[in-house]
Amino acid sequence: MTFPDKIVDGDIRSIARGISIVESGGIESDNLLNELYNRNCSYIIGVTGPPGAGKSSLINLLIDEFKHHFRKIAILAVDPSSPFTGGALLGDRIRMQQHAMSESVFIRSMASRGHIGGISGATKDAIKIVSAAGYDLVIVETVGVGQSEIDIVKLSDTTVLILVPGYGDEIQVMKSGIMEIGEVFVVNKSDKSGSEKLATTVKWLLKENYRNKSYLPPVILSSVTNNTGIEDIVKAVLNHKNYIEKNGIDRDKIQERIKDDINILLERKINEFIQHHLKYPENIEKWVNLVISKKSTPYEIIREIKDNMILDIREDI
Amino acid sequence: MDRKIRVLVAKPGLDGHDRGAKFIARALRNAGMEVIYTGIRQSPESIVETAIQEDVDVIGLSLLSGAHNILFPKVVTLLKEKNAGDIIVMGGGVIPVEDISYLKEKGIQAVFTPGTKIGEIVDFINEKVEKRNK
Ligand SMILES: Nc1nc2c(ncn2[C@@H]2O[C@H](COP(=O)(O)OP(=O)(O)OP(=O)(O)O)[C@@H](O)[C@H]2O)c(=O)[nH]1
Ligand SMILES: [Mg+2]
Repeated sequence: MTFPDKIVDGDIRSIARGISIVESGGIESDNLLNELYNRNCSYIIGVTGPPGAGKSSLINLLIDEFKHHFRKIAILAVDPSSPFTGGALLGDRIRMQQHAMSESVFIRSMASRGHIGGISGATKDAIKIVSAAGYDLVIVETVGVGQSEIDIVKLSDTTVLILVPGYGDEIQVMKSGIMEIGEVFVVNKSDKSGSEKLATTVKWLLKENYRNKSYLPPVILSSVTNNTGIEDIVKAVLNHKNYIEKNGIDRDKIQERIKDDINILLERKINEFIQHHLKYPENIEKWVNLVISKKSTPYEIIREIKDNMILDIREDI
Repeated sequence: MDRKIRVLVAKPGLDGHDRGAKFIARALRNAGMEVIYTGIRQSPESIVETAIQEDVDVIGLSLLSGAHNILFPKVVTLLKEKNAGDIIVMGGGVIPVEDISYLKEKGIQAVFTPGTKIGEIVDFINEKVEKRNK
């Protein structure tokens, strides 16, 4: 069996290796993703919210509930890399470790590796790997960030936003821009005071925001400590899934993701091409010196470079 | 290509003291590695399953309870059964000197006792992983 075939066959070691390969990038990653592209389609749930809101602990409980609706579940849990050392302490998994031995659950911790926006650059490719391996549900946990995590919205079919009391008042909720990113809103730690009030505020804000829309995100109170609200979250996710499938939004989302993939590849190719022809960044010092010694300006340099590059490419062709 | 060294720091056995394990986890993170920490009281089975899913290069086992002669070799055996014998296993904790050679015989590639300099552990990992990925 070839390596990609082993992934499709569901071999855990190969899936795990595959994710490391796409995390490392390069030609090996391109080749693998090329083999596995469009192989399978999973439902993708993004779970986001501020640090310590209870994302991992909730996912831990949601897994059991989702098992009634999906065959195999993959969790991709992203934690931040240190900007200073590049290292990372990946601690989401500790909350879900009770599922480590479950045949139908695959858990992978990922470091953000310098990518901002709550996920890592390779998260979308890791999704392709587990998709190809037949995981029909993928849950992505983002880094705990409080602001609008656009990346996760693009990536997921349903985005679940976890809030907790103490997060802030009305104005802060509005300012953060988070009202635009969730399709299911959860107020977790409902065992703590202030959760009812936060839920009421969020509900009110959502009604304002979604006045003319056909879908109004629900607001659910949950508590990991008391094990409440879990079924409601799953129901709300399935309800949203139903909604996007009925309205063809799922297809739009897939189109957008393919567009994104093409854009990223194209950008990379164009950059490589330009760098090759311009001898960039080797030449940058030389250009700076031309400007400093007043022999040229950035505008002149660019014009000249462009003309030379066109000649160069003609020769090439 | 940007291959990061990934390490699973795990505590098998029944003792609940994970200060040492957490200290190692943080130190390895500071050395630029990606460290997965799974908490206390992990069975060898779940350690091995986790190591495979996380595609780690190294498993660091930490133990204070004295069951290292059983639990450490068990992890090595299970890895081999799962075709993952290439994952490097190292151990640490309160381990009598006379047990160290037995553990090495059983496939634990290094044993670090309290007082080991963190730089020594980092060097060991870097060296072993480089050899493994060749
Ligand atoms: N009282 C209470 N504590 C909770 C609840 N849910 C989670 N916690 C606690 O909150 C802390 C953080 O939980 P996590 O699940 O790690 O939160 P997280 O959002 O995944 O955190 P990051 O990934 O670090 O951003 C832990 O100590 C949990 O035990 C809850 O419903 N009630
Ligand atoms: Mg978490």
